[in-house]
Amino acid sequence: MASETILKVAGLHASYDATPILRGINLEVGGGEIVAIIGRNGVGKTTMMRCMIGLLPAASGTIRYAGREITSLPADRRARLGIGYIPQGRDVFPRMTVEENLQVGELIGQSRRPPATDLVYEYFPILKERRDQLAGTMSGGQQQQLAIGRALIGSPDLLLLDEPSEGVQPSIVQMICRVLRSIRDRHGTTIVLVEQNLDTILALAERCLVMEKGQIIAEISAGLVTQDSVRRHLLI
Amino acid sequence: MFADLFAYFYQFADVFAFLVLSAAGLAVIFGMMGIINMAHGEFIMCGAYATTFAYHAGLPLPLAQACGVVAAGLIGIVLEATLIRPLYSRPLDSLLVTWGLGLIATQGTLIVLGSSMAGIGTPGGGFRLGGYGFSIYRMILFAAALCVLAFIYLLFKRTRFGIYARATMQNANMAQALGVRRNRIYALTFGIGAALAGLCGALYAPTMTLIPTMGATFIVEAFVTVVVGGANVLLGTAPAAVALAVTRTTLNGLYGQVFGQIGLLLAVVLIIRVLPEGFSGWLAKRAS
Ligand SMILES: Nc1ncnc2c1ncn2[C@@H]1O[C@H](COP(=O)(O)OP(=O)(O)OP(=O)(O)O)[C@@H](O)[C@H]1O
Ligand SMILES: [Mg+2]
Repeated sequence: MASETILKVAGLHASYDATPILRGINLEVGGGEIVAIIGRNGVGKTTMMRCMIGLLPAASGTIRYAGREITSLPADRRARLGIGYIPQGRDVFPRMTVEENLQVGELIGQSRRPPATDLVYEYFPILKERRDQLAGTMSGGQQQQLAIGRALIGSPDLLLLDEPSEGVQPSIVQMICRVLRSIRDRHGTTIVLVEQNLDTILALAERCLVMEKGQIIAEISAGLVTQDSVRRHLLI
Repeated sequence: MFADLFAYFYQFADVFAFLVLSAAGLAVIFGMMGIINMAHGEFIMCGAYATTFAYHAGLPLPLAQACGVVAAGLIGIVLEATLIRPLYSRPLDSLLVTWGLGLIATQGTLIVLGSSMAGIGTPGGGFRLGGYGFSIYRMILFAAALCVLAFIYLLFKRTRFGIYARATMQNANMAQALGVRRNRIYALTFGIGAALAGLCGALYAPTMTLIPTMGATFIVEAFVTVVVGGANVLLGTAPAAVALAVTRTTLNGLYGQVFGQIGLLLAVVLIIRVLPEGFSGWLAKRAS
Protein backbone atom coordinates (compact mmCIF):
# COMPACT_ATOMS: atom_id res chain seq x y z
CA MET A 1 0.00 0.00 0.00
CA ALA A 2 2.82 2.36 0.91
CA SER A 3 3.67 4.79 -1.83
CA GLU A 4 5.89 7.80 -1.27
CA THR A 5 6.57 8.96 2.27
CA ILE A 6 3.97 11.36 3.69
CA LEU A 7 5.32 11.64 7.22
CA LYS A 8 8.94 11.44 8.32
CA VAL A 9 10.12 12.06 11.86
CA ALA A 10 13.83 12.16 12.59
CA GLY A 11 15.63 12.43 15.92
CA LEU A 12 12.60 13.96 17.62
CA HIS A 13 13.15 15.01 21.23
CA ALA A 14 10.57 16.66 23.47
CA SER A 15 10.06 17.19 27.15
CA TYR A 16 7.55 18.47 29.66
CA ASP A 17 9.33 21.17 31.62
CA ALA A 18 12.72 19.57 32.29
CA THR A 19 11.62 15.94 32.03
CA PRO A 20 12.64 14.46 28.68
CA ILE A 21 9.85 12.27 27.32
CA LEU A 22 10.72 11.71 23.66
CA ARG A 23 14.35 10.65 23.21
CA GLY A 24 14.99 10.55 19.52
CA ILE A 25 11.95 9.26 17.66
CA ASN A 26 12.59 8.07 14.10
CA LEU A 27 9.77 6.90 11.90
CA GLU A 28 8.52 7.03 8.37
CA VAL A 29 4.98 6.52 7.10
CA GLY A 30 4.01 6.01 3.48
CA GLY A 31 0.99 7.66 1.86
CA GLY A 32 -2.14 5.59 2.40
CA GLU A 33 -0.65 3.40 5.11
CA ILE A 34 -2.33 2.52 8.39
CA VAL A 35 0.34 2.38 11.08
CA ALA A 36 -0.21 1.67 14.76
CA ILE A 37 2.07 2.98 17.49
CA ILE A 38 1.97 0.51 20.34
CA GLY A 39 3.61 0.46 23.74
CA ARG A 40 2.80 0.40 27.42
CA ASN A 41 1.26 3.21 29.46
CA GLY A 42 3.40 6.27 29.91
CA VAL A 43 6.05 5.53 27.27
CA GLY A 44 5.26 8.80 25.48
CA LYS A 45 2.77 7.87 22.75
CA THR A 46 0.44 10.78 23.42
CA THR A 47 3.41 13.11 23.78
CA MET A 48 4.58 12.09 20.32
CA MET A 49 1.15 12.74 18.81
CA ARG A 50 0.96 16.17 20.45
CA CYS A 51 4.40 16.92 19.08
CA MET A 52 3.41 15.89 15.57
CA ILE A 53 0.30 18.09 15.48
CA GLY A 54 2.24 20.94 17.10
CA LEU A 55 0.69 21.27 20.55
CA LEU A 56 4.06 20.53 22.13
CA PRO A 57 7.25 22.03 20.70
CA ALA A 58 10.05 19.75 19.60
CA ALA A 59 13.25 20.29 21.57
CA SER A 60 15.23 18.97 18.63
CA GLY A 61 14.74 16.82 15.57
CA THR A 62 12.56 17.30 12.52
CA ILE A 63 9.06 16.46 11.37
CA ARG A 64 8.44 16.41 7.63
CA TYR A 65 4.93 16.16 6.23
CA ALA A 66 4.08 15.89 2.54
CA GLY A 67 7.58 16.89 1.56
CA ARG A 68 7.83 19.95 3.73
CA GLU A 69 9.36 20.56 7.09
CA ILE A 70 6.68 21.45 9.62
CA THR A 71 8.70 21.20 12.85
CA SER A 72 8.35 24.86 13.76
CA LEU A 73 4.86 25.52 12.36
CA PRO A 74 2.10 26.20 14.88
CA ALA A 75 -0.64 23.58 15.23
CA ASP A 76 -3.21 25.56 13.29
CA ARG A 77 -0.94 25.77 10.24
CA ARG A 78 -0.30 22.04 10.37
CA ALA A 79 -4.03 21.36 10.57
CA ARG A 80 -4.70 23.57 7.60
CA LEU A 81 -2.06 21.64 5.65
CA GLY A 82 -4.34 18.63 5.97
CA ILE A 83 -3.53 16.86 9.25
CA GLY A 84 -6.57 15.76 11.25
CA TYR A 85 -5.95 15.17 14.96
CA ILE A 86 -8.16 13.13 17.27
CA PRO A 87 -6.75 13.37 20.78
CA GLN A 88 -6.86 10.85 23.58
CA GLY A 89 -9.98 11.70 25.55
CA ARG A 90 -11.61 13.10 22.38
CA ASP A 91 -11.79 16.74 23.49
CA VAL A 92 -15.05 17.61 21.80
CA PHE A 93 -16.23 21.14 22.56
CA PRO A 94 -18.75 20.24 25.27
CA ARG A 95 -20.98 23.32 25.21
CA MET A 96 -21.29 23.43 21.46
CA THR A 97 -23.67 21.40 19.33
CA VAL A 98 -22.55 18.46 17.22
CA GLU A 99 -22.97 20.56 14.10
CA GLU A 100 -20.89 23.42 15.51
CA ASN A 101 -18.16 20.99 16.53
CA LEU A 102 -18.05 19.72 12.97
CA GLN A 103 -17.87 23.25 11.58
CA VAL A 104 -14.64 23.89 13.46
CA GLY A 105 -13.12 20.86 11.74
CA GLU A 106 -13.92 22.29 8.31
CA LEU A 107 -10.86 24.49 8.71
CA ILE A 108 -8.58 21.48 8.21
CA GLY A 109 -9.18 21.21 4.51
CA GLN A 110 -10.11 24.83 4.09
CA SER A 111 -9.64 26.34 0.66
CA ARG A 112 -8.69 22.98 -0.82
CA ARG A 113 -11.95 21.06 -0.71
CA PRO A 114 -15.56 21.70 0.24
CA PRO A 115 -16.50 20.28 3.68
CA ALA A 116 -17.28 16.57 3.58
CA THR A 117 -20.40 16.95 5.72
CA ASP A 118 -22.48 14.41 3.80
CA LEU A 119 -19.71 11.85 3.98
CA VAL A 120 -19.39 12.27 7.76
CA TYR A 121 -23.14 11.95 8.25
CA GLU A 122 -23.16 8.88 6.00
CA TYR A 123 -20.47 7.17 8.08
CA PHE A 124 -21.82 8.31 11.43
CA PRO A 125 -25.62 8.64 11.13
CA ILE A 126 -25.89 9.29 14.87
CA LEU A 127 -24.17 12.65 14.33
CA LYS A 128 -26.83 13.69 11.85
CA GLU A 129 -29.57 12.57 14.20
CA ARG A 130 -28.02 14.48 17.10
CA ARG A 131 -26.69 17.47 15.23
CA ASP A 132 -28.43 19.97 17.50
CA GLN A 133 -27.41 18.23 20.72
CA LEU A 134 -24.66 19.62 22.94
CA ALA A 135 -21.56 17.48 22.49
CA GLY A 136 -20.89 17.32 26.24
CA THR A 137 -24.16 15.46 26.83
CA MET A 138 -23.29 12.55 24.50
CA SER A 139 -21.90 9.14 25.45
CA GLY A 140 -18.21 8.30 25.09
CA GLY A 141 -18.74 6.34 21.90
CA GLN A 142 -20.78 9.13 20.35
CA GLN A 143 -18.14 11.69 21.31
CA GLN A 144 -15.48 9.51 19.70
CA GLN A 145 -17.51 9.42 16.49
CA LEU A 146 -17.86 13.18 16.68
CA ALA A 147 -14.14 13.68 17.23
CA ILE A 148 -13.37 11.50 14.21
CA GLY A 149 -16.09 13.14 12.12
CA ARG A 150 -14.76 16.55 13.11
CA ALA A 151 -11.37 15.64 11.65
CA LEU A 152 -12.79 13.86 8.60
CA ILE A 153 -15.01 16.74 7.55
CA GLY A 154 -11.93 18.64 6.40
CA SER A 155 -10.80 15.73 4.17
CA PRO A 156 -7.39 15.37 5.82
CA ASP A 157 -4.55 13.57 4.07
CA LEU A 158 -3.15 12.34 7.38
CA LEU A 159 -5.16 11.30 10.43
CA LEU A 160 -3.50 11.18 13.86
CA LEU A 161 -5.67 9.11 16.21
CA ASP A 162 -4.80 8.67 19.86
CA GLU A 163 -6.43 5.55 21.37
CA PRO A 164 -9.74 5.64 19.51
CA SER A 165 -11.00 2.54 21.34
CA GLU A 166 -10.44 3.85 24.85
CA GLY A 167 -13.68 3.95 26.84
CA VAL A 168 -15.81 3.00 23.85
CA GLN A 169 -18.03 -0.07 23.75
CA PRO A 170 -16.78 -2.91 21.49
CA SER A 171 -19.56 -2.72 18.91
CA ILE A 172 -18.86 0.97 18.33
CA VAL A 173 -15.12 0.28 18.18
CA GLN A 174 -15.74 -2.27 15.41
CA MET A 175 -17.86 0.22 13.54
CA ILE A 176 -15.17 2.90 13.88
CA CYS A 177 -12.55 0.46 12.57
CA ARG A 178 -14.72 -0.27 9.53
CA VAL A 179 -15.18 3.43 8.87
CA LEU A 180 -11.47 4.20 9.14
CA ARG A 181 -10.59 1.36 6.76
CA SER A 182 -13.17 2.51 4.29
CA ILE A 183 -11.93 6.11 4.50
CA ARG A 184 -8.44 4.95 3.67
CA ASP A 185 -9.65 2.67 0.87
CA ARG A 186 -11.86 5.34 -0.71
CA HIS A 187 -9.69 8.43 -0.22
CA GLY A 188 -6.19 7.14 0.37
CA THR A 189 -6.06 8.85 3.76
CA THR A 190 -2.96 7.94 5.76
CA ILE A 191 -3.71 6.88 9.33
CA VAL A 192 -1.32 6.88 12.27
CA LEU A 193 -2.98 5.58 15.40
CA VAL A 194 -1.86 4.99 18.93
CA GLU A 195 -3.55 1.89 20.26
CA GLN A 196 -3.30 -0.65 23.05
CA ASN A 197 -6.40 -2.68 22.27
CA LEU A 198 -5.37 -5.90 20.54
CA ASP A 199 -8.57 -6.30 18.52
CA THR A 200 -8.40 -2.76 17.23
CA ILE A 201 -4.76 -3.16 16.26
CA LEU A 202 -5.48 -6.40 14.42
CA ALA A 203 -8.52 -4.95 12.70
CA LEU A 204 -6.74 -1.84 11.43
CA ALA A 205 -2.98 -1.81 11.49
CA GLU A 206 -0.91 -2.86 8.52
CA ARG A 207 2.31 -2.16 10.35
CA CYS A 208 3.15 -1.53 14.01
CA LEU A 209 5.85 0.56 15.61
CA VAL A 210 6.72 -0.35 19.15
CA MET A 211 7.52 2.46 21.51
CA GLU A 212 9.48 2.22 24.72
CA LYS A 213 10.88 5.03 26.88
CA GLY A 214 10.44 7.68 24.24
CA GLN A 215 11.95 5.74 21.35
CA ILE A 216 10.73 3.43 18.63
CA ILE A 217 12.49 0.22 19.55
CA ALA A 218 10.93 -2.31 17.19
CA GLU A 219 8.71 -2.71 14.20
CA ILE A 220 6.20 -5.32 13.14
CA SER A 221 6.34 -5.14 9.36
CA ALA A 222 3.46 -5.32 6.96
CA GLY A 223 2.10 -8.85 6.73
CA LEU A 224 3.46 -9.84 10.11
CA VAL A 225 0.87 -8.14 12.28
CA THR A 226 -0.64 -11.14 14.06
CA GLN A 227 -2.15 -11.79 17.43
CA ASP A 228 1.11 -13.38 18.65
CA SER A 229 3.50 -10.75 17.38
CA VAL A 230 1.45 -7.85 18.72
CA ARG A 231 0.79 -9.50 22.05
CA ARG A 232 4.48 -10.18 22.52
CA HIS A 233 5.28 -6.49 22.09
CA LEU A 234 2.35 -5.21 24.14
CA LEU A 235 3.53 -7.27 27.07
CA ILE A 236 7.22 -6.41 27.00
CA MET B 1 -52.75 55.29 33.93
CA PHE B 2 -51.09 54.65 30.56
CA ALA B 3 -48.80 57.60 31.17
CA ASP B 4 -47.79 56.17 34.55
CA LEU B 5 -47.09 52.77 33.05
CA PHE B 6 -45.12 54.34 30.25
CA ALA B 7 -43.19 56.44 32.74
CA TYR B 8 -42.26 53.27 34.64
CA PHE B 9 -41.25 51.53 31.44
CA TYR B 10 -39.25 54.56 30.41
CA GLN B 11 -37.34 54.58 33.68
CA PHE B 12 -36.76 50.85 33.36
CA ALA B 13 -35.55 51.22 29.78
CA ASP B 14 -33.15 53.95 30.83
CA VAL B 15 -31.59 51.85 33.59
CA PHE B 16 -31.61 48.71 31.45
CA ALA B 17 -29.81 50.48 28.60
CA PHE B 18 -27.23 51.86 30.98
CA LEU B 19 -26.53 48.42 32.46
CA VAL B 20 -26.34 46.63 29.11
CA LEU B 21 -24.25 49.24 27.34
CA SER B 22 -21.88 49.60 30.32
CA ALA B 23 -21.41 45.87 30.67
CA ALA B 24 -21.35 44.54 27.09
CA GLY B 25 -17.64 45.03 26.38
CA LEU B 26 -16.55 43.83 29.80
CA ALA B 27 -18.81 40.79 29.49
CA VAL B 28 -17.50 39.79 26.06
CA ILE B 29 -13.86 39.99 27.11
CA PHE B 30 -14.45 38.22 30.41
CA GLY B 31 -16.83 35.60 29.05
CA MET B 32 -14.86 34.74 25.92
CA MET B 33 -11.30 35.18 27.16
CA GLY B 34 -11.48 34.97 30.95
CA ILE B 35 -9.74 38.33 31.25
CA ILE B 36 -11.00 40.95 33.65
CA ASN B 37 -10.38 44.15 31.76
CA MET B 38 -9.67 46.76 34.43
CA ALA B 39 -9.25 49.38 31.71
CA HIS B 40 -12.87 48.95 30.67
CA GLY B 41 -13.84 52.39 31.94
CA GLU B 42 -10.99 53.95 29.97
CA PHE B 43 -12.13 52.30 26.75
CA ILE B 44 -15.52 53.88 27.44
CA MET B 45 -13.82 57.23 28.02
CA CYS B 46 -11.85 56.76 24.81
CA GLY B 47 -15.08 56.17 22.86
CA ALA B 48 -16.64 59.29 24.35
CA TYR B 49 -13.62 61.51 23.67
CA ALA B 50 -13.12 60.25 20.11
CA THR B 51 -16.81 60.83 19.41
CA THR B 52 -16.63 64.36 20.76
CA PHE B 53 -13.50 65.16 18.77
CA ALA B 54 -15.03 63.87 15.57
CA TYR B 55 -18.23 65.77 16.26
CA HIS B 56 -16.39 69.05 16.86
CA ALA B 57 -14.40 68.37 13.69
CA GLY B 58 -17.70 68.60 11.83
CA LEU B 59 -18.95 65.03 11.47
CA PRO B 60 -22.64 64.36 12.07
CA LEU B 61 -23.24 62.71 15.45
CA PRO B 62 -23.87 59.12 14.28
CA LEU B 63 -20.68 59.15 12.22
CA ALA B 64 -18.76 60.70 15.08
CA GLN B 65 -20.04 57.90 17.30
CA ALA B 66 -18.86 55.34 14.77
CA CYS B 67 -15.43 56.95 15.05
CA GLY B 68 -15.55 56.45 18.82
CA VAL B 69 -16.36 52.77 18.38
CA VAL B 70 -13.60 52.22 15.82
CA ALA B 71 -11.01 54.13 17.86
CA ALA B 72 -11.63 52.07 21.00
CA GLY B 73 -11.71 48.84 18.99
CA LEU B 74 -8.41 49.51 17.22
CA ILE B 75 -6.67 50.48 20.44
CA GLY B 76 -8.03 47.28 21.95
CA ILE B 77 -6.62 45.14 19.14
CA VAL B 78 -3.20 46.76 19.42
CA LEU B 79 -3.05 46.44 23.21
CA GLU B 80 -4.13 42.81 23.05
CA ALA B 81 -1.38 41.92 20.61
CA THR B 82 1.35 43.80 22.46
CA LEU B 83 0.65 43.68 26.19
CA ILE B 84 -2.14 41.29 27.00
CA ARG B 85 -1.42 38.26 24.82
CA PRO B 86 1.71 37.22 26.73
CA LEU B 87 -0.36 37.06 29.92
CA TYR B 88 -3.12 34.62 28.99
CA SER B 89 -1.96 31.99 31.40
CA ARG B 90 -1.53 34.60 34.14
CA PRO B 91 -4.97 36.10 34.89
CA LEU B 92 -3.79 38.15 37.86
CA ASP B 93 -1.03 39.74 35.81
CA SER B 94 -3.41 40.62 33.01
CA LEU B 95 -5.67 42.22 35.59
CA LEU B 96 -2.75 44.28 36.84
CA VAL B 97 -1.63 45.28 33.35
CA THR B 98 -5.10 46.43 32.29
CA TRP B 99 -5.46 48.31 35.56
CA GLY B 100 -2.16 50.08 34.90
CA LEU B 101 -3.21 50.86 31.34
CA GLY B 102 -6.40 52.40 32.70
CA LEU B 103 -4.45 54.63 35.09
CA ILE B 104 -2.10 55.73 32.31
CA ALA B 105 -5.03 56.50 30.03
CA THR B 106 -6.81 58.58 32.66
CA GLN B 107 -3.76 60.55 33.73
CA GLY B 108 -2.50 60.89 30.16
CA THR B 109 -5.83 62.34 29.07
CA LEU B 110 -5.77 64.73 32.00
CA ILE B 111 -2.31 65.97 31.10
CA VAL B 112 -2.86 66.23 27.37
CA LEU B 113 -6.46 67.40 27.20
CA GLY B 114 -7.03 69.02 30.56
CA SER B 115 -9.62 68.36 33.20
CA SER B 116 -12.65 68.71 30.98
CA MET B 117 -13.68 69.13 27.42
CA ALA B 118 -16.54 70.92 25.64
CA GLY B 119 -19.33 68.41 25.28
CA ILE B 120 -22.09 67.73 22.78
CA GLY B 121 -25.67 68.74 23.56
CA THR B 122 -28.13 65.88 23.91
CA PRO B 123 -29.82 65.52 20.53
CA GLY B 124 -33.31 64.39 19.69
CA GLY B 125 -35.47 66.64 21.84
CA GLY B 126 -38.30 65.23 23.90
CA PHE B 127 -42.02 64.67 24.17
CA ARG B 128 -44.64 64.98 26.90
CA LEU B 129 -47.19 62.46 27.99
CA GLY B 130 -49.67 62.95 30.83
CA GLY B 131 -47.56 65.46 32.71
CA TYR B 132 -44.28 63.55 32.29
CA GLY B 133 -41.41 64.66 30.05
CA PHE B 134 -39.49 62.05 28.03
CA SER B 135 -36.26 62.30 26.07
CA ILE B 136 -36.18 60.73 22.64
CA TYR B 137 -32.45 60.13 22.91
CA ARG B 138 -33.02 57.93 25.97
CA MET B 139 -35.35 55.80 23.88
CA ILE B 140 -32.65 55.56 21.23
CA LEU B 141 -30.23 54.35 23.90
CA PHE B 142 -32.71 51.64 24.86
CA ALA B 143 -32.98 50.53 21.24
CA ALA B 144 -29.19 50.56 20.99
CA ALA B 145 -28.93 48.31 24.05
CA LEU B 146 -31.31 45.81 22.47
CA CYS B 147 -29.29 45.95 19.26
CA VAL B 148 -26.07 45.30 21.18
CA LEU B 149 -27.59 42.22 22.84
CA ALA B 150 -28.82 40.94 19.48
CA PHE B 151 -25.45 41.69 17.89
CA ILE B 152 -23.53 39.74 20.52
CA TYR B 153 -25.92 36.83 20.28
CA LEU B 154 -25.84 36.63 16.50
CA LEU B 155 -22.09 37.18 16.30
CA PHE B 156 -21.24 34.34 18.65
CA LYS B 157 -24.03 31.96 17.68
CA ARG B 158 -24.47 32.43 13.98
CA THR B 159 -21.13 33.33 12.46
CA ARG B 160 -17.99 31.33 11.74
CA PHE B 161 -16.01 33.73 13.87
CA GLY B 162 -18.38 33.11 16.77
CA ILE B 163 -18.07 29.34 16.49
CA TYR B 164 -14.27 29.54 16.41
CA ALA B 165 -14.28 31.96 19.33
CA ARG B 166 -16.47 29.69 21.45
CA ALA B 167 -14.39 26.65 20.51
CA THR B 168 -11.26 28.56 21.55
CA MET B 169 -12.88 29.54 24.83
CA GLN B 170 -13.85 25.93 25.61
CA ASN B 171 -10.58 24.31 24.58
CA ALA B 172 -7.96 26.56 23.05
CA ASN B 173 -5.48 23.79 22.24
CA MET B 174 -8.03 21.61 20.53
CA ALA B 175 -9.39 24.52 18.53
CA GLN B 176 -5.91 25.38 17.38
CA ALA B 177 -5.17 21.75 16.50
CA LEU B 178 -8.17 21.89 14.17
CA GLY B 179 -6.89 24.95 12.37
CA VAL B 180 -8.26 27.89 14.35
CA ARG B 181 -5.81 30.81 14.38
CA ARG B 182 -5.98 31.39 18.07
CA ASN B 183 -4.19 34.73 18.16
CA ARG B 184 -6.48 36.20 15.57
CA ILE B 185 -9.53 35.07 17.54
CA TYR B 186 -8.16 36.62 20.74
CA ALA B 187 -7.24 39.90 19.05
CA LEU B 188 -10.64 40.21 17.40
CA THR B 189 -12.54 39.25 20.54
CA PHE B 190 -10.64 41.77 22.63
CA GLY B 191 -11.11 44.34 19.88
CA ILE B 192 -14.87 43.70 19.82
CA GLY B 193 -15.04 44.02 23.60
CA ALA B 194 -13.12 47.29 23.46
CA ALA B 195 -15.29 48.53 20.60
CA LEU B 196 -18.43 47.78 22.61
CA ALA B 197 -16.98 49.77 25.51
CA GLY B 198 -16.25 52.53 23.01
CA LEU B 199 -19.85 52.35 21.83
CA CYS B 200 -21.03 52.88 25.40
CA GLY B 201 -18.89 56.01 25.64
CA ALA B 202 -19.95 57.18 22.20
CA LEU B 203 -23.63 56.81 23.02
CA TYR B 204 -23.44 58.50 26.42
CA ALA B 205 -21.03 61.23 25.33
CA PRO B 206 -23.88 63.64 24.47
CA THR B 207 -25.51 63.12 27.86
CA MET B 208 -22.65 63.83 30.23
CA THR B 209 -19.68 66.00 31.06
CA LEU B 210 -16.46 64.83 29.48
CA ILE B 211 -13.80 64.36 32.11
CA PRO B 212 -10.85 61.93 32.10
CA THR B 213 -12.35 59.90 34.94
CA MET B 214 -15.78 59.58 33.33
CA GLY B 215 -15.25 55.84 32.82
CA ALA B 216 -15.71 55.36 36.55
CA THR B 217 -19.36 56.35 36.17
CA PHE B 218 -20.01 53.10 34.34
CA ILE B 219 -17.75 50.74 36.20
CA VAL B 220 -19.98 49.73 39.09
CA GLU B 221 -22.92 48.95 36.83
CA ALA B 222 -20.68 47.16 34.35
CA PHE B 223 -19.11 44.85 36.93
CA VAL B 224 -22.37 44.27 38.75
CA THR B 225 -24.11 43.20 35.55
CA VAL B 226 -21.26 40.89 34.54
CA VAL B 227 -21.09 39.27 37.98
CA VAL B 228 -24.84 38.71 38.11
CA GLY B 229 -24.88 37.53 34.50
CA GLY B 230 -22.13 34.97 35.03
CA ALA B 231 -19.44 33.74 32.67
CA ASN B 232 -21.65 33.11 29.66
CA VAL B 233 -22.41 36.43 27.96
CA LEU B 234 -24.89 34.88 25.56
CA LEU B 235 -27.04 33.55 28.35
CA GLY B 236 -26.47 35.85 31.30
CA THR B 237 -26.22 39.50 30.39
CA ALA B 238 -29.81 40.13 29.30
CA PRO B 239 -31.58 38.50 32.27
CA ALA B 240 -29.09 40.12 34.67
CA ALA B 241 -29.80 43.56 33.21
CA VAL B 242 -33.55 43.00 33.36
CA ALA B 243 -33.49 41.84 36.98
CA LEU B 244 -31.25 44.66 38.13
CA ALA B 245 -33.11 47.30 36.15
CA VAL B 246 -36.47 46.24 37.57
CA THR B 247 -35.04 46.34 41.10
CA ARG B 248 -33.49 49.74 40.69
CA THR B 249 -36.41 51.33 38.83
CA THR B 250 -38.91 50.12 41.39
CA LEU B 251 -36.85 51.32 44.35
CA ASN B 252 -36.08 54.61 42.61
CA GLY B 253 -39.79 55.20 42.14
CA LEU B 254 -40.71 54.28 45.71
CA TYR B 255 -37.85 55.68 47.76
CA GLY B 256 -35.61 57.74 45.48
CA GLN B 257 -32.26 57.37 43.73
CA VAL B 258 -30.17 56.62 46.79
CA PHE B 259 -32.28 53.65 47.76
CA GLY B 260 -32.32 52.59 44.14
CA GLN B 261 -28.52 52.35 44.21
CA ILE B 262 -28.45 50.63 47.61
CA GLY B 263 -31.15 48.23 46.48
CA LEU B 264 -29.22 47.43 43.32
CA LEU B 265 -26.14 46.46 45.29
CA LEU B 266 -28.17 44.48 47.81
CA ALA B 267 -29.86 42.66 44.96
CA VAL B 268 -26.43 41.74 43.62
CA VAL B 269 -25.30 40.38 46.96
CA LEU B 270 -28.50 38.37 47.20
CA ILE B 271 -28.39 37.02 43.66
CA ILE B 272 -24.79 35.83 43.79
CA ARG B 273 -25.55 34.28 47.17
CA VAL B 274 -28.37 32.22 45.65
CA LEU B 275 -26.84 31.78 42.17
CA PRO B 276 -23.08 31.72 42.72
CA GLU B 277 -22.41 31.28 39.00
CA GLY B 278 -24.79 34.04 38.03
CA PHE B 279 -27.80 33.72 35.76
CA SER B 280 -25.90 31.97 33.00
CA GLY B 281 -24.54 29.28 35.34
CA TRP B 282 -28.03 28.69 36.65
CA LEU B 283 -29.65 28.61 33.21
CA ALA B 284 -26.98 26.26 31.87
CA LYS B 285 -27.53 23.89 34.79
CA ARG B 286 -31.27 23.90 34.29
CA ALA B 287 -30.84 23.14 30.61
CA SER B 288 -28.65 20.08 31.15
N1 LIG C 1 1.28 17.60 30.74
C1 LIG C 1 2.28 16.87 31.27
N2 LIG C 1 3.19 17.42 32.10
C2 LIG C 1 4.20 16.68 32.63
N3 LIG C 1 4.37 15.38 32.36
C3 LIG C 1 3.49 14.76 31.55
C4 LIG C 1 2.41 15.47 30.96
N4 LIG C 1 1.70 14.60 30.20
C5 LIG C 1 2.32 13.42 30.32
N5 LIG C 1 3.40 13.50 31.12
C6 LIG C 1 4.32 12.41 31.44
O1 LIG C 1 4.96 12.03 30.25
C7 LIG C 1 5.09 10.63 30.16
C8 LIG C 1 4.53 10.13 28.85
O2 LIG C 1 3.13 10.41 28.84
P1 LIG C 1 2.22 10.10 27.59
O3 LIG C 1 0.87 10.62 27.91
O4 LIG C 1 2.87 10.56 26.36
O5 LIG C 1 2.20 8.51 27.61
P2 LIG C 1 1.32 7.51 26.79
O6 LIG C 1 2.24 6.55 26.18
O7 LIG C 1 0.39 8.22 25.90
O8 LIG C 1 0.51 6.78 27.94
P3 LIG C 1 -0.99 6.21 27.95
O9 LIG C 1 -0.91 4.88 27.32
O10 LIG C 1 -1.31 6.13 29.39
O11 LIG C 1 -1.86 7.16 27.22
C9 LIG C 1 4.42 10.06 31.38
O12 LIG C 1 5.41 9.72 32.32
C10 LIG C 1 3.57 11.19 31.90
O13 LIG C 1 3.51 11.14 33.31
MG1 LIG D 1 -1.62 8.39 25.77
